Amino acid sequence: MLALLKTVVARDLRLAMRRQADIVSALFFFIIVVSLFPLGVGPEADLLRRLAPGVLWVAALLATMLSLPRLFADDFRDGTLEQLALGPQPLAVAVFGKTLAHWLSSGLPLTLLSPLIGAQFDLPADAVWMLVLALLIGTPALSAIGAIGAALTLGLRGGGVLLSLLVLPLYIPVLIFGAGAVDATAGGLGAQAHLSVLGALSLAGLFFAPWATAAALRVALE
Amino acid sequence: MNNRLLNWFKFASPQSFFPLAGKMIPGFWALAVIFGVAGLYLGFFVAPTDAQQGEGYRIIFLHVPAAWMSMFIYLVMAFWAAIGLIYKTRLSGMMASALAPTGAMFTFLALWTGAFWGKPMWGAWWVWDARLTSELILFFLYIGFIALQAAIDDPRRADKAGAILALVGVVNIPIIYFSVKWWNTLHQGASVSLTKAPSMAQTMLLAMLLCALAFWMYSVAVALMRVRGIILERERNSEWVKQQVTMAAAGR
Amino acid sequence: MVWNSFSDFLAMGGYGLYVWGSVGATALLMMLEPIIIARRNSALTTQLQRQFRAERNQHTQRRSPA
Repeated sequence: MLALLKTVVARDLRLAMRRQADIVSALFFFIIVVSLFPLGVGPEADLLRRLAPGVLWVAALLATMLSLPRLFADDFRDGTLEQLALGPQPLAVAVFGKTLAHWLSSGLPLTLLSPLIGAQFDLPADAVWMLVLALLIGTPALSAIGAIGAALTLGLRGGGVLLSLLVLPLYIPVLIFGAGAVDATAGGLGAQAHLSVLGALSLAGLFFAPWATAAALRVALE
Repeated sequence: MNNRLLNWFKFASPQSFFPLAGKMIPGFWALAVIFGVAGLYLGFFVAPTDAQQGEGYRIIFLHVPAAWMSMFIYLVMAFWAAIGLIYKTRLSGMMASALAPTGAMFTFLALWTGAFWGKPMWGAWWVWDARLTSELILFFLYIGFIALQAAIDDPRRADKAGAILALVGVVNIPIIYFSVKWWNTLHQGASVSLTKAPSMAQTMLLAMLLCALAFWMYSVAVALMRVRGIILERERNSEWVKQQVTMAAAGR
Repeated sequence: MVWNSFSDFLAMGGYGLYVWGSVGATALLMMLEPIIIARRNSALTTQLQRQFRAERNQHTQRRSPA
């Protein structure tokens, strides 16, 4: 099982590396969306500092959405998915591996980039670190939940828009606690509780979502 | 017990459920009208004026039942979805898709009446109160379910995909509700609550329950009507539909 | 009975717009929904009837080539 997991993660990462342009585009999408807000609401530093946690998290949700339609589409087309579904190992394990690979190629780069954006919004240093930590803990949940939506919309017309319709409402708890953690730190309060909940969401997501995703994939493969 | 199970599975086939549903619909309509008239009479003519909210509180006789039904229908939908996934009964998936639009309608009505209550009480059409926000998210979940099923051409796949989404939604609803509540208490405390009238008089409670019953019966009637349409559409190539339809034509 | 007159009832103690706005929307949607479904169902039935009749006619024509 572990071997399968390793193979899937390594393979998906190798494929992602071959399409670096996709990762870079998603990152630039993230940067552009965030940069639009000061242009929209005005450059007052106080206002921007208040908005920053929410804006950054919303942009992170949207940027994660961008790469989700690709998560299973290629494997679906070339029959790899069918092979995995017919194999002796549970499909959920392969899904878990693909979720991890997706996080490594979308959530993690976002997290690493976020201090720059935090600085753009003049967040205090401790809030910036909290932002990085919250994104690090929270973004795995985004990949895990998003995988369910990607599997449900696999091969459908208008899949991308539909996917965001299905997945974004389910992202709300992550958004609330992720942005809340940064908010609390910026306001001088502890963010321990936020981070704990965020961690719980990610763990629960990574544990339960692959099963739902696998079920949805089997439906799509029929 | 065994006998009952047998009956259950007999009616689980679309063919035998179609005429049964047709017979049940008028009864549910009658119940809906009776409960509705009684509830509205009690609510609008008998229930006394609220000391704090004046006559404006009478909106709750529609708002609270609509909000209850919106949540209840999602649960029922998820229940049928689960049954359909476990027992592979075709009818359960059809029931789930028949319920979704009615649930979405009640969610919309709960939001609408909530806004019309909020304007005089809070001074704003929309307040990011925990309940209203959760209701809005529930509306999004319904829309997602309907959109997903609409995008899938194969009805069997649509049923199964919808069922998985409904179950994922039902697991997430409590999580969403508690996070929205947490978010709300951190940012502001809502002053007046829509349901916590300080001293709910007996008549008010009774009127509200009657209206809720009326909405419930209405939902059953409408869902049965819709499921009949879905059955006809999906089984259009079967012999019994041919018979049923030609019989209906001869009877007319 | 809590109302003195019909206009009292309509005014709802100054909350008329809000109360009747809610009642109106609820009544409208709850009447529209069954009407739309009933219409769609009967349209589907007539469409199927027409289809079956056409199929039957085709069938009989093919059977009796005379």
